[in-house]
Amino acid sequence: MRFAGAIAVALLIAGFAFAAEIPQADRRSGYDFMKPDTKAMQDEDTANPGMLWVLDGEGFWKRKAGTANKACADCHDDARTSMRGVAAHYPAFDKATGRPIDLEQRINSCRINQQQATPLPFESRQLLALTAFIARQSQGAAIETGADPQLAPFIEKGRELYVQRQGQLNLGCTNCHDDNWDKRLAGSAITQGHPTGYPLYRLEWQSLGSLQRRLRACISGIRAQPYDYGAPELVELELYLMSRARGMPMEAPAVRP
Amino acid sequence: MQQPPNSSRRQFLGLAGGAAALGAIPVVTVRPAEATPAMLASAIQSVTGGAAVRTGKVKLDIPPLVENGNTVPMTVSVNHPMAPEDHVRSIHVFNEKNPQANIANFHLGPHNGRAQVSTRIRLADSQKIVAIAKLSDGSFWSASVDVVVTLAACTEDVI
Amino acid sequence: MASALINVPAKAKRGDIIEIKTLMSHIMETGYRHMASGEVVPRDIITSFTCRFNGSEIFRADLFPAIAANPFITFFTTATESGKFEFEWIGDQGFSEAASASITVE
Repeated sequence: MRFAGAIAVALLIAGFAFAAEIPQADRRSGYDFMKPDTKAMQDEDTANPGMLWVLDGEGFWKRKAGTANKACADCHDDARTSMRGVAAHYPAFDKATGRPIDLEQRINSCRINQQQATPLPFESRQLLALTAFIARQSQGAAIETGADPQLAPFIEKGRELYVQRQGQLNLGCTNCHDDNWDKRLAGSAITQGHPTGYPLYRLEWQSLGSLQRRLRACISGIRAQPYDYGAPELVELELYLMSRARGMPMEAPAVRP
Repeated sequence: MQQPPNSSRRQFLGLAGGAAALGAIPVVTVRPAEATPAMLASAIQSVTGGAAVRTGKVKLDIPPLVENGNTVPMTVSVNHPMAPEDHVRSIHVFNEKNPQANIANFHLGPHNGRAQVSTRIRLADSQKIVAIAKLSDGSFWSASVDVVVTLAACTEDVI
Repeated sequence: MASALINVPAKAKRGDIIEIKTLMSHIMETGYRHMASGEVVPRDIITSFTCRFNGSEIFRADLFPAIAANPFITFFTTATESGKFEFEWIGDQGFSEAASASITVE
């Protein structure tokens, strides 16, 4: 009896402790799930619509802004050197706020504090272009987000948000992206949800968009109220997803259906 | 800091993929009136002038099950020489169920070397795509493909 | 601001048939979408794409709303002599963009 009880308890514990997590060796980028035509769109720089934003971003990088009349380039020089590998660390810990901060928020923080300019609206062309340009400088770099121990409590909050069931469909992210990623939903592949390619060109949007936009779309999709852009919950989710993808190579700007 | 766009108002988005325009305009995609086989026939007619259209020479390369109807890669090619005295003059692509029958017309000449064009198209529904090639001798050749289009799995709230 | 991505080989041998790829930034608003208020979002598309080589037209496309946003168009041409490709995109609301690329043919 005691033995059976011990087994029952052991199984119960196993059931709660990351039993659904994808084993490291089985992790696959969303790229893997795409059809050949979509992969081809991402592979070639002159065929990848996301590169239009990267080119724009290169221009914005050199443009002076704000009352300080400074361009990103004035402090950060050539992004190819100064921004190399940077996006692979985001979201990162922000000393000023004591919280994680994602790349879009970091860009705006620089705009406000260093350029004395107005922050760029979420999903605006300029913010997307700058984010895409910076993320591109991490092409091929292994994701290292979350290594900082100060981020640990926020990663845990992100994980809780990831597993909680919500909305009219009562689904948590994990139900699809950990438990059913080898299946399809309405003709589309269910990926493992690793954000290796953000910001990315989504065929559905016919535009480049951020990870927050994609998360809001998913949350609407399960018929739950999406968090506002910039909400701490979205940043915590981003942080959890990126640290869950640690070690996988960056591929921004990716192309997805 | 900045005000995020107002998201507290939930809007139900219709089908047939249409990304919301970036910016403050809330956009709802309502399924517009479909083209009919008659519209397709008349669009083809305005190119051929009623002349006979033979099947062959033309190849339409579209995935039979598309990843997303908003952006579908398509290659159309014509197996025919491109010599000054005998070449492909133009390629016309049509569809059956989008609001409008025309997709694109491509105008070529012998200097192209190969009558092959690629682009990305929008398909509102599972339907037939037709490509018609006009040769320098005035003859018409065609090919058609049936494509299955599924909608994106999760409809999205306005940005 | 860069609006177009062009892929033209820098060099080719005389007689080679080369592929030219173009990608232009444009929303290609179909004119079939509606605002929440019921009003139609007006059509705003590129209607015509032309390529000239050393001044002569070598390719032209008429585009309709069924062409996806950020139009990607590829075609072929025979390399005959060195020179310059000129690309032009014309569309609704006075849209007009141009780009060029050079090629050395030996």
